[in-house]
This record gives sequence, C-alpha cells and structure tokens, in this order.
Amino acid sequence: MIVFAILAALTVAGSLAAVLLRNTVHCALALTGAFIGLALLFLRLDAQFAGFAQILVYVGAVAILVVFAILLTRGSETPATGVFSRTWFAGLVVAAGVFAVLAWTVLHSAVALPHEFAAPQVSVAQIGNALMGRYVLPLEIVAVLLTAAMIGAVIVAMHEKPGKYEKKEAN
Amino acid sequence: MTNTLDQIFVLLKHWIMGLFPVGLQPIVGIVLSVVAILAVFPGLFAFSVLMERKGLGRMQNRIGPNRVGPFGILQPVADGIKALIKEDVVPYNADHIVHFFAPIVLVVVVFMGYAVLPMGRNMTFVPMDAGLLFYFAMGASAELSVFMAGWSSRNKYSLLGAMRAVAQMISYEIPLLMTSVIIVMMTGSLSLDKIVEAQNHYTWGLPHWYVFTPMGFAAFVMFAIAATAETNRSPFDLPEGESEIVAGYFTEYSGFKFAEFFLGEYVAMLSISGLGATLFLGGWSAPLEALNFIPSWIWFFAKIMLAICGFIWLRGTFPRLRQDQLMNFAWKFVLPMTLIDLVVTGLWRFLGEGWLRWAVCSAILLAAYLITARMGMRSKKLGPRSYRYAE
Repeated sequence: MIVFAILAALTVAGSLAAVLLRNTVHCALALTGAFIGLALLFLRLDAQFAGFAQILVYVGAVAILVVFAILLTRGSETPATGVFSRTWFAGLVVAAGVFAVLAWTVLHSAVALPHEFAAPQVSVAQIGNALMGRYVLPLEIVAVLLTAAMIGAVIVAMHEKPGKYEKKEAN
Repeated sequence: MTNTLDQIFVLLKHWIMGLFPVGLQPIVGIVLSVVAILAVFPGLFAFSVLMERKGLGRMQNRIGPNRVGPFGILQPVADGIKALIKEDVVPYNADHIVHFFAPIVLVVVVFMGYAVLPMGRNMTFVPMDAGLLFYFAMGASAELSVFMAGWSSRNKYSLLGAMRAVAQMISYEIPLLMTSVIIVMMTGSLSLDKIVEAQNHYTWGLPHWYVFTPMGFAAFVMFAIAATAETNRSPFDLPEGESEIVAGYFTEYSGFKFAEFFLGEYVAMLSISGLGATLFLGGWSAPLEALNFIPSWIWFFAKIMLAICGFIWLRGTFPRLRQDQLMNFAWKFVLPMTLIDLVVTGLWRFLGEGWLRWAVCSAILLAAYLITARMGMRSKKLGPRSYRYAE
C-alpha cells in the first residue's frame, strides 16, 4: 500500500508537472517521469511484459520523439503569453467528463464480473502465444497500419526533386 | 573442490547472510549483491581504461602511461583522485537541475542492466522471466540521459553531440533488439539464464554456442556492430568527434560529473559485452568440455575482457565514419541483414535435424550478404574523394 502511494504520487506529480511547467523540454522530461511511474505500477501488479514494454517504448522511444519534435520545430523557449491556453476551463470540463465516464465504467465492470480470488498468473510466454495464435490477425493489421503511417511520414518529409514538375509542365 | 570454487561467491553470500537474523536476511542478500556489482565493475572499468591506453599507445607506436606505479598500473587511481578534487564548473546559463541529474541517470541505468546478467552458475542477481526485455528497457533509458546532458548545457556543440548520439543510438538499437530476437527464437525464452542453459551442452567435447550456427554467427556479427554503435565507440564515435564538436554531449561537464560519464561509457561497454557473451558465446559455459573444471565465473569475465580487447583493437585501427555513412550503414545493410537472418532462423526451425538445414541456411545468408553488401558498395561508385568546402 505504501509502495502504491509512492508510485501513484510519482505518476500524478509527473503528469501535473508536465502540464504546469513553463519550459517545454522540462514538461517532456516530467512526462517521462510519469511514464516511469506507470511502468512501475504495472510491475507492482506482476505485469512484467507490460511494465518493461512501457519503459522500452515510452521512455526509450516516445519521450525521445517528443523531445526531438520540440527541439526541431520551434525551439524550447517559453511563449511570452504564458503556458495556459485561453480555453483552459472548457478543457478542464472535458477532462473531468472523460474521467467520470472511465471511472463509472471501471467501477461497474468490477461488479459485473465474477470476483477472482487469486490473481491470474500471466507469463511473457503466454502473451507471446496469444499474440502469435489467437490475435495474429489484429497484430498484423496494426503492423500494416504502422508501416503505412511510416511510409506516409517519409513521403511528407521527403525533399521534392526540383526537375520533376518542370518536366511534367513541359509535356 | 571444483564445485566449491565454482560456487564460492554464492556460498560466501549465504554464509554472510547466515550471520544476520532471519528477518533481515533477504535485505542483506540484496545489499551484498549490489555491493559486489558496484565493486567489481568499476574495478574492471579502471583496468580496461588502463588496458586501452596501453594498447592504443602500442598501436600508435608510443609507450602509453608508464609513470604512476610499476608499468603505470596506478594510472587509473591517479586519474580518479584528479577527477575527485577538480573544480566542478557548471555553465552560468545551464539548466542546473537537468545538468545535475543527467550523469546520475546514466550511471544508475547502466548499472541496473547488470541485475539480469548471469555471471556464473547460480550467479544471477535477479533471475527474471523477462530478463532480456528488462536489459533493453534499461538500455533505452540511457538515451534520455544523453539528451538531458546535451540539452541542459546550453551549448550548441553539446546539443549537436546529443542529437547525433540519440539518432545513432535509436538507429542501432533496432538491429540490436532484432539480433537478440533471433536468439530468443532459438531458445524459446526471454530469460538469460535459460539462454545460457540451452548453450551449455557439448558434442564431441565442443560447445553448442549459438555463434557456431549459421544464423547465430551472422547475428553475432550484426550484434557486435550494433553494440559498438550503441556504446558510441570508435568507429561510431561521432557524438564525441573532437575535431568537429569539442567533446559532444559532455563538453560542459568537468570534475567528477565528467568522470561519471566516463564510468557510464565503460560500464555500458562491459555490460553489453556481457550480454553478447551470454547470448552468443555461451555465457559462463566453458569453451571445451574438458575445461569445465575451471569455475564458471572465470569464463564469463574472460569473455567480457576478450570483447573489451576487441573494442580497443577496433578503436586503434578504424577511421571514424561520417554521419550519412553511419545512417546508411544502419538502415541499408545492418537492418536488412538482420531481417533476413530472422527469416532464416524460422527456416532452421522447420527444416529439421541434419546437414540439409546447415547447407540451406548458410547459402541463404551468404547470398544475402553478397547481395546487400557487394551491390550496395557497387552502387556507391567509390572513387577519389572530392571536397566541396575544404580545397
């Protein structure tokens, strides 16, 4: 329980700092702290695969991507107008609404499902078997989707060769 | 007798644990393992730095350090004292908190990787089911500390170095993971202990190491390339290319913080050598069945130090790559080769026992190498180099 409290405090503090800090890179680093807290929560629940995958993907790749995006687009300097957008109140209402719906769903699902007294033991091997057996089609569809997105990103970012359009116009 | 020697550290740990009351024993066990890791690997770090300076000196026709102690063996001690008593300079404009935390994050993350490495029979600190995943999760976190160091220094060379380092580490992390997936496919487990166990068999006195199979050998070569790049070692040391960007992401670090980066780099090198030895070279198992009387942990550390010698040799003999060459090499040669290797591993599994699968798998890999490497080289049209800006 104490461990949970510490991890929850770390996660919440990281998320709050990510929203409230003025420097964009600091926000990204605080968000990474929240990711780590979340990964530790997964590990606390004996979900090794989810926990390590969380660190590998979110800390190792997503955080780096966020940081790259910040540095390569418009610099890490804080805008003079402050970090709060003018419609913060509407944002708060929407966030509270989403949270309420999620909380309601989670609380009701606990009632609807039969109580399990022993926590289920899920090993990495079982997850692998499930992904390669029963859920292989969804996995492949996700893979195709990601590949398509990546090719799209490369095409958007690609330099257009100067001679190409001139030739077409000449034809 | 050999058994006692083999298990001497395990027995020692249990003996010390026995001196404490039962309630404290688990905590004492953890502390003992952590202290052992924190004592052994910085010691090896000091030794490998000395070896590197001596070895590089010999390769460059000079003697190397020979003033401190007999044959210069106390040089690392002198370096350590110098780093400790040097003034810690932090740039005025630097982001102080991030600047302070970057080296700490690096060292912590790098040491965490040792938790899952089997250093001898029954000598894994945390025998984890998903050990390999844990190792790579920790390795991925090191990239963030490099970025933190480069960004917080508020120095363009630091930032350039950090961007180079992160781009390079991400590009080469993919082949690194893929080559490990090949080993996981062959073993059927993510646990490093089981991977070593699977290799610890002998036929005619020769070991069943994965490096002695066609796809294991190809994967080993790719792993070695990716590991060299991942640890920012020469010839992939662009992030700290001193002729271009001073010292890269740790330009603005001095005194003990610089020593921490130095330590982090070498400890990461030792750790990835340990992973390579575990995955491909049978971990702590002996190279010949007849040599099994030598304790298992000696074999593990011998393999690590052999890999360090390889790193030093590479650094002494190869010129540094250019950024575009580095990226082309990763994405156009290493990654395709690894993917083909992955498919060949599946084929190996379904071809069944016998000489046929050796022939087929070797032929496919050889053809793939000839096509990707030779054709790639030919399309480069290598010739006399022309310089655009430096004439």
